[in-house]
Amino acid sequence: MDKTINQKAWFLVLPVFLVVAFSAVLPLMTVVNYSMQDTFGNNQFFWNGVGWFKELLDPSTDLGGRFLASLGRNLFFSAMILAIEVPLGIVVALSMPRQGWSVAACLVIMALPLLIPWNVVGTIWQIFGRPDIGLLGYVLNNIGIDYNYVSNDFDAWATVIVMDVWHWTSLVALLCYAGLKSIPDAYYQAAQIDGASRWAVFTAIQLPKMNRVLLIAVLLRFMDSFMIYTEPFVVTGGGPGNSTTFVSIELVKIALGQFDLGKAAALSLVYNLIIIIVCWVFYTVMTNAGADRPISKGVA
Amino acid sequence: MHSIPGRRLILSLFLVFLLLPIYWLVNMSFKTNHEIVSTMTLWPHQPTIANYVRIFTDESWYSGYINSLKYVVINTVISISVALPAAYAFSRYRFLGDKHLFFWLLSNRMAPAAVYALPFFNLYSAISLFDTPWAVALAHCIFNVPLAVWILEGFVSGVPREIDETAFLDGYSFPRFFLKILVPLIASGIGVAAFFCFMFSWVELLLARTLTSVDAKPISAVMTRTVSAAGMDWGLLAAAGVLTIIPGALVIWFVRNYIARGFALGRV
Repeated sequence: MDKTINQKAWFLVLPVFLVVAFSAVLPLMTVVNYSMQDTFGNNQFFWNGVGWFKELLDPSTDLGGRFLASLGRNLFFSAMILAIEVPLGIVVALSMPRQGWSVAACLVIMALPLLIPWNVVGTIWQIFGRPDIGLLGYVLNNIGIDYNYVSNDFDAWATVIVMDVWHWTSLVALLCYAGLKSIPDAYYQAAQIDGASRWAVFTAIQLPKMNRVLLIAVLLRFMDSFMIYTEPFVVTGGGPGNSTTFVSIELVKIALGQFDLGKAAALSLVYNLIIIIVCWVFYTVMTNAGADRPISKGVA
Repeated sequence: MHSIPGRRLILSLFLVFLLLPIYWLVNMSFKTNHEIVSTMTLWPHQPTIANYVRIFTDESWYSGYINSLKYVVINTVISISVALPAAYAFSRYRFLGDKHLFFWLLSNRMAPAAVYALPFFNLYSAISLFDTPWAVALAHCIFNVPLAVWILEGFVSGVPREIDETAFLDGYSFPRFFLKILVPLIASGIGVAAFFCFMFSWVELLLARTLTSVDAKPISAVMTRTVSAAGMDWGLLAAAGVLTIIPGALVIWFVRNYIARGFALGRV
């Protein structure tokens, strides 16, 4: 759509600007302020320059070690999530019916996990996985697999990953389904006439058409898994030991647990910077793909 | 042609995988703690609604739901009312810095709540909003306002601009055009945006828990404190969990065709 240039539009955007500035810029400025200082409590602050940042990036210090370890765990977690959820979401989307009442039923069931409060998602899996009272834990232990997410690192990781797959694969599937629905039937008819194989239909028609929604799905899944806090916190509390302590969990420990303002602020800034850079890359790719217009209106 | 072999099996397995943990929660909420701990039963053999009765009669429990609803509703109203004019501006006009502003909004939607927990705590303590629904409502604006702008922008763009021009020719002032013509035209879009603001504020725990202590404690924070001297009260925890799922489950039917759109920030 052609848009007219009108600087007065700023008046319409002003309320949003003010609200978001109040709740984003103002707090971030205090973070920048804290990140340069050290405190021994009693509201006494000392100038510390870039000291915290140096420590943060140096794995031999306590702070740096904790940050880089949690960052590594978090990146591994996000990579696992993307590697599982994106292909699975595509497969589920391709398996969905195209019309009839079953479409609505599928949509509703698939959306259910997305609308459950995050701490309840944690609670559900905490209960479900317990060897004594949970169906999953009980069954696994009875068929001879020694499964206990509280004491075993591998089991804790598996639980957290399966939980996230349970929670968010539907989102990828729903997005892909929306992309698939926008493909006109004529494409499939042409493929049939050409005698294209199913795989050829997938790689030549469906995948390119899902390109844009997949990009959004990858962005959302990366971001949300990179800042995950509540679900693993409820299930494992970051344990056993520190094995499932992701960046957000580490940050909250330092900020609200130890009230170590300087360290927490420095960590926050670096964390936020990573997010903004990744965001910017995706945004640029999305805009360049001509993605700023919705492809279908009112269709899931 | 667009389907794959074995699709029924794949889909059924996936749906069962989704429903099984939820079923287990519902199942447990109707059991007594004695039954939960002593035997493994696939359905409640002595069904009881005592857990639910306890939640609806014990103030420390039901006030959690009321507190949550308070900030969620305030947040939804603020988000939608500031986002509406902005969505119109983004949809119709180009102005200085519009693209940067759009990106800035996106980056706020993606910002980790953990980064903001401590500064929000200081900020809202300083202006004495700590432990009120307003603190949480304003804090949740950081991700809900961008979301509402993005969703509504898509809906406003669906309204042909001839309608604006005709209205202005007919002598409508801008506010009158906005309220009398545009808002009714995108009513369903406002409903969808409100639903998603409601949901995203409802599911968030970290900020809600950090910004409240006693008076405004949300249900998610109440739930983390079910450990008592007698051990975990699993039945009660499960019942509280089931009740938090209900608001979403009730409305989901009406927005089922917009779910992908809502989660994709209106980009689908």
